Amino acid sequence: MVLKKTLSILATTTLAVGILAGCSGGQKNETANNGGNGGGGGSNVIKIATQTPLSGGSATLGESIKLGAQLALEEQQANFEKLGFKLELVPYDDQGDPKKGVANAQLIGADKQIFGVVGHLNSGVAIPSSEIYEKYSIPMVSPSNTATDVTDRGLKTVNRICARDDFQGPAGAKFAVEKLGAKKIFIIQDKTAYGTGLAEAFKKGAEELGAQILGFEGITVGEKDFNGVLNQVLAKKPDLIYFGGLYTEGGLLIKQARDKGINVPIMGGDGLDSSTLVQIAGDAVKNTYMTSAAGLTTVTDAGKQFAEKYKQKFGKDIESYSAYGYDAMGVLLKGLENAIKANGNKLPTRQQVAEEVRKVQDYQGVVTKVSFDEKGDNKYAKIYIYKFDEAKYPAKLEDEVSKQ
Amino acid sequence: MKNWLHTIQQNKRLQALIVGLYIVVTFFSLYLAQKSVVAFLLLLSSLLLLYFTTFSNRVKWLIGGLVMVVLLPLAASQGEAYQSYMEVATLVGIYIAMALGLNIVVGMAGLLDLGFVAFFALGAYTYGIFATGQANNFMPFGHYPLSGESFWVFIFIGCFVAALFGILLGVPVLRVKGDYLAIVTLGFGEIIRIIFNNLDKPVNITNGAMGLASVQPPRLFGIDFMYPSQFYYIVLVILIAVIFAVRRLEFSKIGRAWKAVRENEIAAQAMGIHLVKTKLMAFAVGASFSGMMGVVFAAKQTFVDPTSFTLLESITILVMVILGGMGSVPGVILGAALVTILNLQVLTELTNWLNQLSLNGVISVPDALSPAKMQRFIFGIILILFALYRPQGLLPAKNPVFNEKELKDTDKLVNAGVQKEATQHVHLDS
Amino acid sequence: MINEVLHTLPQVLIDGLTLGAVYAIVALGYTMVYGILELINFAHGEIFMTGAFVGTAILLTFAGFGWLASMPAIVALILVLVVTSVVTGLLGMGIERVAYRPLRNAPKLITLITAIGVSFLLQDIVRFIAELKNGNYILTGPSLFSGQIGIKASSISSIFNDASVKSSFFIVLIVAVIMMVTLDFFVNRTKWGMAMRAVAQDRETAALMSVNVNKVIALTFFIGSALGGATGVLFAIQYGTIDPYIGFILGLKAFTAAVLGGIGNIRGAMFGGILLGVLEMFAAANLPVVSHGILGAEYKDVFAFAILIIVLIFKPEGLFGKVSVEKV
Repeated sequence: MVLKKTLSILATTTLAVGILAGCSGGQKNETANNGGNGGGGGSNVIKIATQTPLSGGSATLGESIKLGAQLALEEQQANFEKLGFKLELVPYDDQGDPKKGVANAQLIGADKQIFGVVGHLNSGVAIPSSEIYEKYSIPMVSPSNTATDVTDRGLKTVNRICARDDFQGPAGAKFAVEKLGAKKIFIIQDKTAYGTGLAEAFKKGAEELGAQILGFEGITVGEKDFNGVLNQVLAKKPDLIYFGGLYTEGGLLIKQARDKGINVPIMGGDGLDSSTLVQIAGDAVKNTYMTSAAGLTTVTDAGKQFAEKYKQKFGKDIESYSAYGYDAMGVLLKGLENAIKANGNKLPTRQQVAEEVRKVQDYQGVVTKVSFDEKGDNKYAKIYIYKFDEAKYPAKLEDEVSKQ
Repeated sequence: MKNWLHTIQQNKRLQALIVGLYIVVTFFSLYLAQKSVVAFLLLLSSLLLLYFTTFSNRVKWLIGGLVMVVLLPLAASQGEAYQSYMEVATLVGIYIAMALGLNIVVGMAGLLDLGFVAFFALGAYTYGIFATGQANNFMPFGHYPLSGESFWVFIFIGCFVAALFGILLGVPVLRVKGDYLAIVTLGFGEIIRIIFNNLDKPVNITNGAMGLASVQPPRLFGIDFMYPSQFYYIVLVILIAVIFAVRRLEFSKIGRAWKAVRENEIAAQAMGIHLVKTKLMAFAVGASFSGMMGVVFAAKQTFVDPTSFTLLESITILVMVILGGMGSVPGVILGAALVTILNLQVLTELTNWLNQLSLNGVISVPDALSPAKMQRFIFGIILILFALYRPQGLLPAKNPVFNEKELKDTDKLVNAGVQKEATQHVHLDS
Repeated sequence: MINEVLHTLPQVLIDGLTLGAVYAIVALGYTMVYGILELINFAHGEIFMTGAFVGTAILLTFAGFGWLASMPAIVALILVLVVTSVVTGLLGMGIERVAYRPLRNAPKLITLITAIGVSFLLQDIVRFIAELKNGNYILTGPSLFSGQIGIKASSISSIFNDASVKSSFFIVLIVAVIMMVTLDFFVNRTKWGMAMRAVAQDRETAALMSVNVNKVIALTFFIGSALGGATGVLFAIQYGTIDPYIGFILGLKAFTAAVLGGIGNIRGAMFGGILLGVLEMFAAANLPVVSHGILGAEYKDVFAFAILIIVLIFKPEGLFGKVSVEKV
């Protein structure tokens, strides 16, 4: 009995060890290679990590960031080859879980070849993980964290290219109240850090402009039936609905609202910016407005090229997050390149890379122009307002608001 | 093979040699090969090896303590991956304590609880609210955030708050049994999470979905605890206290009462066990471990938000308990360590390695099947395999077993003695 | 305040019934398996999700060949329902064979682990396949029934507002009722149903009475999973958009419904599902009105769970459950 038990345990451990031996073997080989090539303490492989949810409920969004970043990195590989460095992408899966994000951040910190991170999707994961990046001075460029706390903590390594909640929300409110003439607004949000933050900022902006807020209600992410909240909307008869949340819930909400005969304009933030929104909502998407920091990807040449390449490589259409992922990686690599050049074409330290990333000025990406301010926010973050007139993505550009 | 194992089991000196050699070898392999996760895990598994030896408990504790307190941090500290190892070790400790808490409720007292993470959340928020400026929103007096020195007090406050809620939850659900209990506790867990997610109005207590950022790090003698290597020791101390408590409770009167209630409530009642008191005690003790670790977790993460406390988390803790072997303390420790390390380190490394292979063109997969996305998938397969091959758990609970033959022999001896005496008496009488 | 609640009541009831019908049929799957094996089949939500995907895939294929336009919607629906239930039914049997049968004599809770493992596997397999075939795993199927029907509730009493219904609502409701009635008939009136009840009561004795226990259990899984899969199709038709993670929340709610009705009891599951759906919808629509804005719609789940807990405290065996007398 005891013997059998011991044996089976031994067997399981050997199995586990076997698996592990495989993976560490790979690592060792790799380090050996690097040691051979580099010499003098430095190696010529530079890795950039992405950290987004790749499995679990929000994997679509996380993956589109990763794929965008991957594309940008692969395009730059030849360029860095000339400088004598080999670029590699290491995708990490944070599963939208802060614990996992922090544990991964420690792994990233431990891997001396990693010089930057593109991520995260969720502000709730980005905030604790960035504390770790700061300790290792690894620059992080966030494609999608809009929560104010992300940069307000004053970390040197944290940057973002997307707009802050307290810029995007009021910009939307201004448009809604002044251009659309909304007096009575009903706000729905998805009770996540992104949705709540944006909706709160919008609410504040709208109230300052004299609009009346009829309701401020939450829905649950992952559910598909929002009729309960919509019945409230039906009873209150607002002249605009604002939704703080992502396109999966947003699309259904729009569809179910139109089914109920609620035909007032619906407005949302950059979380709605996706071709999937149109797929989900179908014709119901008409009369929907959204604010986004992304310029028209399909109008500019760079944007068109990007969309084509993306489709060709991955077999899917671009999402707004993939473009942000692409640009975030672009900025990061720009900073890295500057750091390498400043260091006389030798491998820079992480500190130098982080400083150079923060110093990047006037980087022209496919969706946005990037210059970081002293907090790491994008100075150029400009809010574009789009309107869906028909069931077609991308939407029509209505207006733009610049940072004052 | 059998003989060989048998000889080892007989010979303590041989065991000492093997364990010692093993620890030394793995220590140096971790010391020298810093990036190797294998070495780290092998050194950790020396504890498992130690568990199978026949040393006395005190010796086992001494060696185990030596490995955990000195050797492991020392060996790991030589390289860049130090903090990463310590991060994993810290989280393992946190989960072990929680799994041990749940083990009391599910494994020992037989009360299926699917909302256990609520107590963890209570602990985390207790510290999170008072160690950030958040408490200024609703507390009429005092100045917040409290300094890092209060952390040590909060460990006990967290423990107490969680225990209190354990009892509060316990009172209404005492009548409910089995799977009904499971769903009631699940409901309780969800209620707590949703409330934390929404308590930003009317009064802003938890800051809702935005979470509490910049939680004060613990401070002792003017030193701030910022790194996982420091939290490792905090967790280790609490964990040792927890294991000690669990061990003592298991064989105490209340521990035996729990097991009696698990086996048969009515029979237990008939034997004079106070059902209400026993069950509430189980809830309170189990919850208190989670509460303490919640406080540590909040301080370590420096950020608390409701996404860390989902139903999936409760289920994961339950999986640790069942996988390890319900009611078995060493089993639960192994289960918790295994699941946590698998999730946080091994799967990440494994998928990274596979990803590296596909980058280098050794294996080619389409992007839709990129190994980086496979973590849950592989975890699922491992869970099924473990369950199928070890249905009793990895180290099933052992009830103290008495050697029947020996008992009979002693019986005979005693009887014989009595008879002898009797005959002597007879002799004397005659 | 009461007026406000009453105004929206007809619409709330209709929406609640739709959601409740979905909960009810998924709850049936949980309750059937539990009734027989005393096992919470946590993978059931994932079977539901697989059903939704299989159904949508078939519909999309039809639409791709242009068949969908040429056949009446109701024929397409029946065809899809039948094919999907067979596929998910077989899937359920397979899961039972691989993950549950080997553990039938092991401690009860260990099957929880295999169930969770199976859930993870199914989620990811469906996701990978959808992604390979489609590029994106959030699928939006063609809408079969998209008409809107107005109900003049105001003609009954002026206090009610008019309500509107999607025509797919009737389809969902009718199919759900048909499935539940058939199942009730099957379990209570047929030989196989009797065998099922026998196994549920006492497995050993049933075996002695020459009931093939393995077959009965496999059949139970087949029926429960087929129902779950068919519900997935209904769900996809009613809400249009599906992803591989819909099973988790819905499975949780359906399980709650099954317990509310008294787990193991088929009529209880139906009633519990509908009650939960209506309660949830009611709470989402009216909580802010009733509480003067202190509790928002986001507390609807708290409300639903609180009611569940209260019911269970006063009736620990659920609304329709039998009180089991424990003997020592």
